[in-house]
Amino acid sequence: MGATARPDGGGSAASVTRDAALAQLDRPYGAVFWVAIAAVIATLVRIAYFTPIEASQGPAQKIFYIHVPAAVTALYLAFALMAVASVLYLWLRDPKLDRVAATSAEVGLAFTTVVLVTGPLWAKPVWGTWWSGDARLTSTLFLWLIILGYLILRQAVEDRAQRARYSAVLAILAGLLIPFIHLSVYLFRTLHPQPIVLKPSAPSLPPEMLATLLMSFASFALLFVALLRARYRLATIADGGLADGTASERDG
Amino acid sequence: MPPLATIETRGLIRRFDRREALGGVDLSVAPGDCLAIFGPNGAGKTTLLRLLAGLLNPSGGTASIGGVALPAGPAARAQVGLISHHSMLYPALTARENVEFAARLHGLADPRTSAESALARLGVLDRADVPVRVLSRGLQQRVSIARAFVHAPRVVLLDEPYTGLDAVGAAALSSALEGLKSGGAALVLVTHHLDEGLAIATHVAVMRDGRFVLHERRDAIDPASFAGQYRALVGVAG
Amino acid sequence: MSEPPGVIAAAWAIARKDLTVELRTRAAFLSAAVFSVLAAAIFLYTWDPTAVASIDLAPGVLWVIFTFAGLLGLNRSFSAELADRAIDGLLIAPVRREAVFLGKAFANLIFVLGVQVVAIPTVVLFYNLSLGWGASAAIAGITVLASVGLVAVGTLFSAMAVNTRLAELLLPVLALPFFVPVVTAAAQATVLVINGRPLSGAVDWMRVLVAFDLVFVPACTMAYPFTIES
Repeated sequence: MGATARPDGGGSAASVTRDAALAQLDRPYGAVFWVAIAAVIATLVRIAYFTPIEASQGPAQKIFYIHVPAAVTALYLAFALMAVASVLYLWLRDPKLDRVAATSAEVGLAFTTVVLVTGPLWAKPVWGTWWSGDARLTSTLFLWLIILGYLILRQAVEDRAQRARYSAVLAILAGLLIPFIHLSVYLFRTLHPQPIVLKPSAPSLPPEMLATLLMSFASFALLFVALLRARYRLATIADGGLADGTASERDG
Repeated sequence: MPPLATIETRGLIRRFDRREALGGVDLSVAPGDCLAIFGPNGAGKTTLLRLLAGLLNPSGGTASIGGVALPAGPAARAQVGLISHHSMLYPALTARENVEFAARLHGLADPRTSAESALARLGVLDRADVPVRVLSRGLQQRVSIARAFVHAPRVVLLDEPYTGLDAVGAAALSSALEGLKSGGAALVLVTHHLDEGLAIATHVAVMRDGRFVLHERRDAIDPASFAGQYRALVGVAG
Repeated sequence: MSEPPGVIAAAWAIARKDLTVELRTRAAFLSAAVFSVLAAAIFLYTWDPTAVASIDLAPGVLWVIFTFAGLLGLNRSFSAELADRAIDGLLIAPVRREAVFLGKAFANLIFVLGVQVVAIPTVVLFYNLSLGWGASAAIAGITVLASVGLVAVGTLFSAMAVNTRLAELLLPVLALPFFVPVVTAAAQATVLVINGRPLSGAVDWMRVLVAFDLVFVPACTMAYPFTIES
């Protein structure tokens, strides 16, 4: 455990809560994590063995069940959380919010990497090109670059409050940027028609495929939450444990 | 006639991460007063000045300038002048351009004339049209002081202004400070030079670890024994 | 007594000061201008215009140069303020933080447009483009719109990057994703314009530029005060 000094004294109720909270820090990978792992494994099994093979694309199409949920998780869970936590941080200046944003960025980077790896792996056997250049893949590429830039920025700033402020500004501006990336790619493809690639066509999926897709969404979301909690707890330890001072932990 | 300014703080606290740089500072500087603050490095003197200048916000306690509580908006900064150990000048611009720019930022009616008279008061008007980077450290410091005084501030915050000044420059500075004092400005002077500080101060404080360990009127201090007194207050831990 | 200047007056004073400093040294402007010419030459020899029509290469080359020459200029904007803590002088003056940003951004805009005055004719020359008055005016308009967007984002990020360990490397890493919609729109509009397509096609792309400017100029202006310690 970290070398956090425990203040002596205090009421018994307060110290029971403290001990419970500190014990949580000892086990960052709790029940939620293992349930999430089980869910993901179950989903992978279902994808491999219990989902029909798509007629025109063959077995490689199954990558779709990983690719799309990872993309959705990355953008609508990880990045959205990053942006919201950043706005709240600039308003409330609570360092916990900065920690949430940073943690979300790290976990989001992992999911985004999965999207960028599975994309070409799917596109090459099915459509013959590594890079499909479609809207979602391109946007995810930029999301990946933005999150990477965010993490590099954090590495480059030593002062904690300054790091939090700068990161928050970047995350919020990135949130404004994403629609422009979508717009640019959409306009580009309208003017330069390209072979139709990713057509997830979710509404017209047969029921077993749809069920697999939804199961995948759910297990990825659960995995995201589990990784977020684990990483957040580890970050809390790294920052010096709980705020056991009298004043609230506020920045600047 | 603009309202005369008083600097007032009660229990002023400033934290960085979990470190308390200011741990409860009380002071009151009336128009015409000069508070000299002595103390070792890391005592919090620069933090206190930056806070009074509006560059930092308090973490706790209160601070006010001219009755306006800090943090205050841009208008409240108009009456403050700051001199730090950085020159705050643009090396590529001339002394005249630097001081005129400051005058413009304060909205002075005639920036050129105001700049000239500020430079003249500090005895650097004859070098006004060379790029500042060419000037010696001492002359740069005088230009920097002219820059801080060009708008006739009611509150003057000085962070080790005598550093790098020769005898002539120090005399020019002291005379400018006396002029401001008798014009009703409130001064806070942070310095290592005990003699120069005592010569101009109306109040004296010694700072250590974010707090005042001594805070007296100047006439309660015996200059001869003050050096020893100061070393005793800060020597062991500082 | 004096009346503290309003936002526009303060921004203008700051912009004038920045431009005076730049004119005095000229180092950054010359570097960016020379870079533009060198880059155009390098692209000319790496992408053979006999194999691919130069009219297809030129827009890409022009806007890639725009991006990187812009970065060169943006770096100098706040670094002059750091050396002797002149930035404290700006922050302690009775002017709003937004005015500081706007003043610096405007100075950067003049800088970037100045570099384009060198870069665009260079590319036209090397790639043997023949532009009528209509096309030239359109390209000037595209350049102004794109420069405003580039400068808004670039000024904000250079304000942050200059305070970090890896300032010159960090600025491109942060800013380039934001430049992409700007440069894409500018390049695509330029393609249409120099191929003599009717302007209506390019207008879509120019709308993207206008939208970007309308979103990011206020956003970056409002974000700037948050980057300052307080």
